[in-house]
Amino acid sequence: MFNFDFVKPSSIADAVAAMAQTGAQALSGGQTLTPTMKQRLASPSVLVSLTGIAEMKGVCLGADGLSIGGATTHATVAAEAGAYYPALADLAANIGDPMVRNRGTIGGSVANNDPAACYPSAVLASGATVVTNKRKIAADDYFVGMFSTALDEGEFITGVTFPVPEKAAYVKFNQPASRFALTGVFVAKYASGVRVAVTGASNNGVFRWAEAEAALSANFSASAVEGLTVSAADLITDLHGTAAYRANLVKVLTKRAVAGAK
Amino acid sequence: MTKVTMTVNGKSVSAEVEGRTLLSAFLREGLALTGTHIGCDTTQCGACTVHVDGKAVKSCAVFALDVEGADVRTIEGMANADGSLSVIQQSFQDHHGLQCGFCTPGMVMASAALLADNPKPTEAEVRHHLEGNICRCTGYHNIVKAVLAASGQDVPAVAAE
Repeated sequence: MFNFDFVKPSSIADAVAAMAQTGAQALSGGQTLTPTMKQRLASPSVLVSLTGIAEMKGVCLGADGLSIGGATTHATVAAEAGAYYPALADLAANIGDPMVRNRGTIGGSVANNDPAACYPSAVLASGATVVTNKRKIAADDYFVGMFSTALDEGEFITGVTFPVPEKAAYVKFNQPASRFALTGVFVAKYASGVRVAVTGASNNGVFRWAEAEAALSANFSASAVEGLTVSAADLITDLHGTAAYRANLVKVLTKRAVAGAK
Repeated sequence: MTKVTMTVNGKSVSAEVEGRTLLSAFLREGLALTGTHIGCDTTQCGACTVHVDGKAVKSCAVFALDVEGADVRTIEGMANADGSLSVIQQSFQDHHGLQCGFCTPGMVMASAALLADNPKPTEAEVRHHLEGNICRCTGYHNIVKAVLAASGQDVPAVAAE
C-alpha cells in the first residue's frame, strides 16, 4: 500500500482538525479499509485513527434510546447491548469472526455502508439516528446507495442512537467464505408500527420492504407476509445467488425474523 | 517515520516505523518474530492472529502505530517459562491438531482467547469461535479436539469420522 501520515487524536475536536487536512481519511477498526488500501483502491495521504477517542466508545441507554459510540467494537456491543436491545447485540455477535469483532466498529460499518454489511439493516429498521461531528442524520436520510451515504467530506460518525423496539430480530443467510450476509433481514416492532430492513440483496444497498411493514404492522406474525412477493428487479445477481434467489430469501428471512423476534 | 513503543511478550520494544507498517510486518520484520504467519494478507485467514491487550486480532489488518502502548502477545510468548509447551500447544501436538502447521500459530492464539473467555466451551462454540481461522489442510476435526482437550473436557467422537 502507499505510505501515509498516521495520526491518532484523543478527542473529537482533534479528530475534526486532523480530518480537515487534504487527503485525510478516517480509520476505525480497519477491517475493511486496511485490505482496501492494500489493494490500492484507497490511498489516503493522512489516516486519522478514531479508535483512541474515549468519548466515542461505549453503550449507554438514554431518553432517546440506546446510544452507541462510533468507535465501539462489535464485541463490545455484543457484550453490553444485550440487556437493552437483544436483537442488536445478537447481530453484533455474529458479524465476521471473533478477531474482526474485536477491531471492527459500528461507526466504521455504517460509514462504509457495504451493501452486504449487517449493521445498516439494524440502523434502518430501528429508525436510528446517525450522529456525526456536524449533525444528526435520520436513518431514512442517511443511506444513499451502495457504499454511499449522506456523510460529507471530513464528516465522521461519533455515535448511533437506536430507539429500543418492543421486539426485534435479525436473521441473515451467511455467505460462508466472506461471512457477510448473502441476504439479511432486520425486523423491529415499535408501538408506531413495524419496520423491515433488508441488506445484502439490493444493488442500491440496504432498503426497507414497505409491503411487509404494512402487513406486519396490521398483524405481527410470519403468516402476514405469506402472500407478498419481492420484486427481483433491482436485486443483486452474482456467483453466489441470482436476484430471484435473493428475492425469495428476503421473504423467508423476514418470516424467520418475525417468528424469532424478542 | 514515527517512533512506536509497545510491549511484546512481556518486553518493551520500540522502533521507527512508517504509517503503513502493519503490526504483522512490525512483528516479523522489525522484531524477527516470524511465528506470526501471513497467510492471505486480506484479513480472512487468521494465520496472523495475535493478542492486543488480551483480545485476539488479525495483525495484518492493524497498523503498528494504532497499537502504541499496547500489550501484544504472539505465539512466541505462549510457551511456559521453562520453554515447555503450554497446555494448548501440547494439546495440538497430542491430538494432531496440525498438519502443515501454517495456520497453527493463529489457531493457538484464537483458541487461547476463547478459553480465556469461556474455559469450558462446547464443540459448537469452539467451531463458531474458530470461524475466522482457515486451515488449508482442512484439519478442523483434530483442531477442535485439541481445543476441547486443552479445556480439560473429554474429547468426543467427531461425526465425520
